[in-house]
Amino acid sequence: MSARAEILAKVREALGADPLEVPVPREYRERGDLKPGSAAVVELLVDRLVDYRAHVHHASAADVADVVATLLADAGTVVVPDGLDASWLGALPAATTVLHDSRSAPQPVEALDAADAVVTAARVACADTGTIVLDGESDQGRRAISLVPDVHVCVVRTAQVVHLLPEAVRLLSAHPARPQTWISGPSATSDIELQRVEGVHGPRTLHVVLLGA
Amino acid sequence: MSTFLGLPTRRRGTPTTDGPLGPVPHPDEPLRWGATFPEAARAALGDAQLRRNLGHATSTIRAKRAAVVGEVSDWEALRDAGSAVKGRVMADLPALLERLEQNVTARGGVVHWARDATEANRIVTEIVQAKGVDEVVKVKSMATQEIGLNEALAEAGIAATETDLAELIVQLADDMPSHILVPAIHRNREEIRRIFLERMGDAPADLTDAPRELAMAARAHLRRKFLAAKVAISGANFGVADTGTLAVVESEGNGRMCLTLPETLITVMGIEKLVPTYDDLEVFLQLLPRSSTGERMNPYTSLWTGVTPGDGPQEFHLVLLDNGRTRALADDVGRAALHCIRCSACLNVCPVYERVGGHAYGSVYPGPIGAVLTPLLTGGAPGEGLGHDDPNASLPYASTLCGACFDACPVKIDIPSLLVHLRAREVDADRDRTVPSGWDAAMRAASVVMADAGRFALAEKAAVVGRVVAGRKGYVRRLPPPLSAWTSSRDLPAPARQTFRDWWRDEHEAPPGGNVLGDGVPGGGTPSTVPDSSAPTSTAPTSSAPTSSAPTSSEDER
Ligand code: SF4
Repeated sequence: MSARAEILAKVREALGADPLEVPVPREYRERGDLKPGSAAVVELLVDRLVDYRAHVHHASAADVADVVATLLADAGTVVVPDGLDASWLGALPAATTVLHDSRSAPQPVEALDAADAVVTAARVACADTGTIVLDGESDQGRRAISLVPDVHVCVVRTAQVVHLLPEAVRLLSAHPARPQTWISGPSATSDIELQRVEGVHGPRTLHVVLLGA
Repeated sequence: MSTFLGLPTRRRGTPTTDGPLGPVPHPDEPLRWGATFPEAARAALGDAQLRRNLGHATSTIRAKRAAVVGEVSDWEALRDAGSAVKGRVMADLPALLERLEQNVTARGGVVHWARDATEANRIVTEIVQAKGVDEVVKVKSMATQEIGLNEALAEAGIAATETDLAELIVQLADDMPSHILVPAIHRNREEIRRIFLERMGDAPADLTDAPRELAMAARAHLRRKFLAAKVAISGANFGVADTGTLAVVESEGNGRMCLTLPETLITVMGIEKLVPTYDDLEVFLQLLPRSSTGERMNPYTSLWTGVTPGDGPQEFHLVLLDNGRTRALADDVGRAALHCIRCSACLNVCPVYERVGGHAYGSVYPGPIGAVLTPLLTGGAPGEGLGHDDPNASLPYASTLCGACFDACPVKIDIPSLLVHLRAREVDADRDRTVPSGWDAAMRAASVVMADAGRFALAEKAAVVGRVVAGRKGYVRRLPPPLSAWTSSRDLPAPARQTFRDWWRDEHEAPPGGNVLGDGVPGGGTPSTVPDSSAPTSTAPTSSAPTSSAPTSSEDER
């Protein structure tokens, strides 16, 4: 008998003849009190991000390019996914090298390692947990680009901010097969005496630019 | 049915102890190693450094967890949902496994099934060999520890590098993990500094013991390996049957490195790790981080479904592992242990774990959940006991049944009831054995005495005399037959100076205002006049460890 057949047979045998009906109570909050994109929900997100020691910046359509440029003032090379809103990069100094990356034309990992920073958009942000989700679409890019460079500038539109995790999950579940990275602050470890140290293997600096309407 | 709550033991090999490196030799059986629990526990209790490290770490994490759980107004509703979803997974496991397989395959993944550790290790080794590499990077995974994958790969000439900081510490020290989540929780910063300096090879010579510096040394050490790795091996926290999506929850980014950069990814997942739908993640990704690291959310969670062309590994293998899980499933009470999402909250609140540490449990699954899961996974025929010749049979006794683990468990596994169930299972299994053993004779002798108040009182008096035969450490090492069957495999705490009945009578005849009993807090507030050790029929030496459980458990109450 194949391992597959044997394991499935053992599972069936273990469970016995009549399968149990297990009802799942879902009394937990599926929606929060704070409206998506509201000032209050953005404030909550900021509180969580600051707690994780992410750096939070506010921008409008008019000044987002300046905010991004200021954050990248010291970056010689910046990686961006090829679907990123080009206007966000409009104020970068001419000397900055911008590497475009896509699934069909990926940058080699050495180039990502040599780059100073990456700029991406996001799919959704959950205020309650301070979580930003990237789902690999063309404005967020391949998973590697937001991982290898040491500085991640992530532009989140305030309209993308929801209150509770179930709201975010239900939005993401429209496309469950997309490769997702949930980011809650910069990489961190608590492995040494449970003391939190920010910045291990992922980007050590996370800038979140909250882009208002 | 009367349930015997004593402690069966039989000696196993004793670990070697030589400084900060390698105190626990790598076991042949990751689910059955080291000394028996009582032996190992007694040794661990003598290690003041270990107890300081553990006490500091567990109290820190308990406080963090209590704070972030306390702010979630619907925490109990989330626990109810999580518990029920897992119950439904078990009830519907065959169909869900088939669905997962179908969806992973449809998205370009390859699904393998492994009956046991040997088969899983062979499958993984063959995939790595087919890629023509002799080095792989690994994300911390309980499943691969459980099957001893690193050792199996090493035998095939493949070096597996652990990339989680704590796992790296454990691996460099040639040690065994002692905690599900923080495998090096038994190490303090100075020990870690020494391990890095002696074993890492490229640690800066002026490395201090500041956690930040130690973490940066690990970053530099592993970076080149990540960028060059061709094959990565991971576990999975969740597998979504409906979509074929797998999830890995982590903090450092080493998981993302492994799941994203190499060309080939191999994931080993226990068959119980399923959730039915993608939306079910909304429950578990709230429960898990708050329960485990005490954070609102862990820094990184990766979700992937088969292969995404142009993004991440282009070859994906999923190994579905049984290795005793169907055996645990066949125990219709014990199967609840398979609901475990490995958050480790039960370890952090456990007064026994806090004092003896993870190694004493002799399994990669320590603490309260380990004390039920290990015997269930390694038991004999489905639904039967291990027999007290098996060292794992003593694990269900590694508890005071204080209930702190149940309160902390995000999926509401009633660990104390499972422990009692497993104790009973062992006793029943013994009863069915045809040849009566000295054990049975001793039990029968005890039950004859205990069945009658007069005889019990007499026996108690006789037991007080037992103080004379107790050694200096207060343990009776040898009793005359048939009770010698008891002391041949365990020590008996020296009987009290005064029997409980005598003490009770004295107290009640004492002048008014005399304290009668403590304030009801288990182990706390006991009046000093209480006999200094428990009645002769109470549990074995480890009971000396967790006597002050009250502060530990109450700290965590919500
Ligand atoms: S038994 Fe519960 S508390 Fe313990 S590790 Fe598993 S899920 Fe966490």
